[in-house]
Amino acid sequence: MNKQGTSETVISIGSTTSLLKRDWLPIVIVIAAALIALVFVGSPSIWLTLTLAGLAMGMMVFIVASGLTLVFGLMDVLNFGHGAFVTVGAYLAYAVLTMMTGLTVADNLVLNVLALIAVVIVAAVGAGFLGWIFERIIVRRVYGDHLKQILITMGGMIVIEQVVMMIWGSQEQLIQLPTSLRGAFVMGDAVVEKYRLLVVVFGSVLFLAMYFSLSHTRIGLLIRAGVEDAEMIQALGYRIRRLFVGLFVVGSGLAGFGGVMWVFYRGTLTADIGGELMILAFIVIIMGGLGSITGCFISAILVSVVANYVAFLVPEMAMTSTIILLVAVISWRPRGLFPLTKR
Amino acid sequence: MTQPILQLENVHTYIEQYHILQGITFDVAENGFTVIVGRNGAGKTTTLRTIIGLWQAKSGTVKLRGQEIQDQTTSEIARAGVAYVPENMGIFGDLTVRENMILAARRGKFDTDRLEWIFGLFPPIKKFWNLAAGNLSGGQKQMLAIARAIIEPSDLLLIDEPTKGIAPAIIEDMIDAFLELKRMQTTILLVEQNFAFAAALGDDVVVIDDGQVVHRGAMETLSSNPDLQQQYLGLALNE
Repeated sequence: MNKQGTSETVISIGSTTSLLKRDWLPIVIVIAAALIALVFVGSPSIWLTLTLAGLAMGMMVFIVASGLTLVFGLMDVLNFGHGAFVTVGAYLAYAVLTMMTGLTVADNLVLNVLALIAVVIVAAVGAGFLGWIFERIIVRRVYGDHLKQILITMGGMIVIEQVVMMIWGSQEQLIQLPTSLRGAFVMGDAVVEKYRLLVVVFGSVLFLAMYFSLSHTRIGLLIRAGVEDAEMIQALGYRIRRLFVGLFVVGSGLAGFGGVMWVFYRGTLTADIGGELMILAFIVIIMGGLGSITGCFISAILVSVVANYVAFLVPEMAMTSTIILLVAVISWRPRGLFPLTKR
Repeated sequence: MTQPILQLENVHTYIEQYHILQGITFDVAENGFTVIVGRNGAGKTTTLRTIIGLWQAKSGTVKLRGQEIQDQTTSEIARAGVAYVPENMGIFGDLTVRENMILAARRGKFDTDRLEWIFGLFPPIKKFWNLAAGNLSGGQKQMLAIARAIIEPSDLLLIDEPTKGIAPAIIEDMIDAFLELKRMQTTILLVEQNFAFAAALGDDVVVIDDGQVVHRGAMETLSSNPDLQQQYLGLALNE
């Protein structure tokens, strides 16, 4: 055996952990919550409408929070300015839609979808670019200091929101879905909004893409490992800074994407649109387990569907149900639903 | 006369306001096995972390093959040929054993012969190949940490207290593995508190106390002289 061997095996990357060994309990809890709600709601059609609305909301929160959880997990950076990228994504969507009115009002599915794709690309790339600048100017200076991170990133968000108001004004803007995406499917007594269905599909595809990337690509392995021990990743010869900047840009781009989804859902646009989702996003990443994409996905769904059921059954408890859920989950699993081993 | 592969010259390292390394100077001979010993808090781990760039030396020079590396980043130093096994082993517990090894093979390929050789050195690596590394025992994690450091050839292997918290039977296996690495002429700089373990392996020894080198020379000189051991380490091997 020499120091340098000769025969080589190309490595295929992929997790081989058995599905049976995965932690299914949090998923079972989501399903159980939905079934219990069915009993209390009574009407299957109302239950279906509530569930789909909750799923759609959960997907939007997941899209926004997924980048945030990886950024926090990998580099221990608390980015309270993440909502600014949601805002920028939403306003870029508004700007692009204004320019493409012909495509969005046409009663043609292909043209509408093309317009939507253009909107999503511009919003994600724009928010990603802003994220790159944000990391270079603001975040880079405060690594390792949580208090400064909170203060300076919140300050950064306020500045971005003010710039947005300077460009687009402070008055509320109306935004409309492309024609083909408006309306609903009626399934028996249940009303299923087309857009909510689309959001559920987008969110699910994004989750599967992220899950596959994290478990089957080298860059995904690096992110998962970096979330556990960033120092060791450097000692193995990888440039963690580049990885982090790349992740920050992708996370910001995802927030921009989330901004597009959210503004269409909301129908109106103001500069504080990003901030609205951030409390929910932080609850979701804490509940899911910091740095865990699966945890983020499951907790986003759990929080959103439970909030919807409670809002229907006991409206005055709607706001507090999320906090009660957070307390219950953290009491049960202090490091979140899918805790990473070393954190 | 073998040329030193690593040279530390008057290295000072601070951690916040604390002056930990206070002028460390020593060489590591190529293809040799050098052991750093010393009391708790003497600065042994800080020395390794300074070499790999996890702590920045405030002054002094660290040379790898004659090139100064004290201002390089950790990843640059690792790419220059320095492998590192930290005191906490640095295992990615959420990843499988295989995935841990994949990350260490930066070229994206396993050298099949080398992998088989590692399986021979550390059989549990093969046995638990697809198990999440967080489920391994302490000794198995240490084996994985070392296996990860040697999956690709390196110029210098830095290992920090591999016997810490490890069962005696595993330590015996580890001595065999290190002897095999020695036979392969791997250059190793080991930090160790277990002097019997250090004495069984080391060619050269560096004794650090209060952030300074208080003795350096052949291991045999120290291991065969209880008075010297008592003087520098406060213990004697045959006690």
